Amino acid sequence: MDAEREVLDVLARNAREDIDDIAAQTGLDAAAVADAIDALEAKSVVHGYQAVVDWDRVDEGKIRAVVEINVELDRETGYEQVADRIAKFPAVDALHLVSGDYDFAVEVLGENMQDVSEFISEQVAPMPEVTQTVTHYIMETYKDGGIRFEDGDDDDRLSVSP
Amino acid sequence: MRLSDRARTLPESGIRKFFELAEARDDVISLGVGEPDFSAPWAARTAAIDSLERGKTSYTSNRGMAALRERIADHHERYDQSYEPESEVLVTTGASEAVDLAFRALVDPGDTVAVHEPTYISYGPGIELAGGEQLTVPTRAEDDFALTRESLEAAGAAEADLLVLCYPNNPTGATMTDEELAEVAAFCRDEDLRVVADEIYAALTYGADHNSIATQPGMRERTVVVNGFSKAYAMTGLRLGYALGPAEAIDGMNRIHQYTMLSAPTTPQYAAIEALDRCDDEVTEMVDEYNRRRRLVVSRFNEMGLDTFEPGGAFYAFPDCGGDDEAFAEALLEAEGVAVVPGSVFGEGGEGHLRVSYATSMRELKEATDRIASFVEGR
Repeated sequence: MDAEREVLDVLARNAREDIDDIAAQTGLDAAAVADAIDALEAKSVVHGYQAVVDWDRVDEGKIRAVVEINVELDRETGYEQVADRIAKFPAVDALHLVSGDYDFAVEVLGENMQDVSEFISEQVAPMPEVTQTVTHYIMETYKDGGIRFEDGDDDDRLSVSP
Repeated sequence: MRLSDRARTLPESGIRKFFELAEARDDVISLGVGEPDFSAPWAARTAAIDSLERGKTSYTSNRGMAALRERIADHHERYDQSYEPESEVLVTTGASEAVDLAFRALVDPGDTVAVHEPTYISYGPGIELAGGEQLTVPTRAEDDFALTRESLEAAGAAEADLLVLCYPNNPTGATMTDEELAEVAAFCRDEDLRVVADEIYAALTYGADHNSIATQPGMRERTVVVNGFSKAYAMTGLRLGYALGPAEAIDGMNRIHQYTMLSAPTTPQYAAIEALDRCDDEVTEMVDEYNRRRRLVVSRFNEMGLDTFEPGGAFYAFPDCGGDDEAFAEALLEAEGVAVVPGSVFGEGGEGHLRVSYATSMRELKEATDRIASFVEGR
């Protein structure tokens, strides 16, 4: 495996690993790790570093919705152009072009249901290319970013074994 | 009730004491665990559940389900091993049963069995129960705990009838290269030793594939290979192992197995079929994660001045603690709440070393090694 891939595998599991620890885990030296991270960022492989948050456990937390959006394209307007316009809204947390019954899957983050509804009906639906939206509010999140949301770990192994 | 001499005289495991010391506290980070911190792959677990729902709760054939034996034989082609599923594979209740059966089938009262030390703690008692006598062959830190022809000769192993070989090794994490195994194989051929090769950690090697002594010229016919699902597939509690060997050895082992065990448990056999069919990727992910932890742990111990060679397999590092390993481990547990296992538990050759298991989360490994570093600094 090349150095960038090894560093990426570590960061994808835990973006808070510091350079020395990544070096120790990959067997690279610290300078090589720093170079790999610079390269990953420069090539836009790594776009940022964020916490995996369970918003349900935060006072005044946020609500999340997955919105299906159908669009109609014309000669001047392609998916890229529409995506660019939708992505500019700060409430849009993630935006994917998908195969299947609709075109875009949009993850929207808002203060509450009303906030999200208003955003969809007042900002997204009126866009000329948008023909239809279907909003699914997320009721409960069980796993996100590869991490299962549960209380602590339950290591029930014997503390010392042969 | 009156106990047999056998039961009364079998020594208490040295690991027991550390288990009790560690259990007495509730703030312990344990690097003393000899099993994976992962759970068995979900696909394997659902196959077990599914088999129960379908009422598959009867005995299997003595030798294990035919479908499982076929897959085991296929699986071992990756180690260049080739065994007939019909006659050369025996599914057992954990690799432990396979080791016990091998001793009982291959050792006559008074036979000498050479065992390299430090090593896993069950061989000595198993040999004793089979009526054999253990001959200890020390492996050395300067050889990174690989077994050498020189050590075998020095210990007088030429007189032995059987050799037990455990690589990748518990507790040292040592592996052996093909060249190193060739030397040991030549010794076994020259001195007519049979071999029980416990290769339970074969899937957990880093940077190089596992080498089996059974693939050395002339060794297949004199070797019983023991392996299982516990370590590779993180299913220690499901108790499923197996032995591979020439038909006469497997026949002999099965003759004992059919009376003492009848058959290995059925539910785990379904899990194992699924594990072999579908869980390679998950094993690779576990191995990659162990590898990252291994490098971190080894580099941290070397940084704090406890010399640690680079272990090529299993999930143990074996740092040199520079003195009395038992005293070190007890004081470390007392002062910092970190449990490790003193190397001497695994035989005299382990003295002055600690078995550090990295089958625990990266976060705990960092916390534990920080605490050990501060303990070492304060000494």
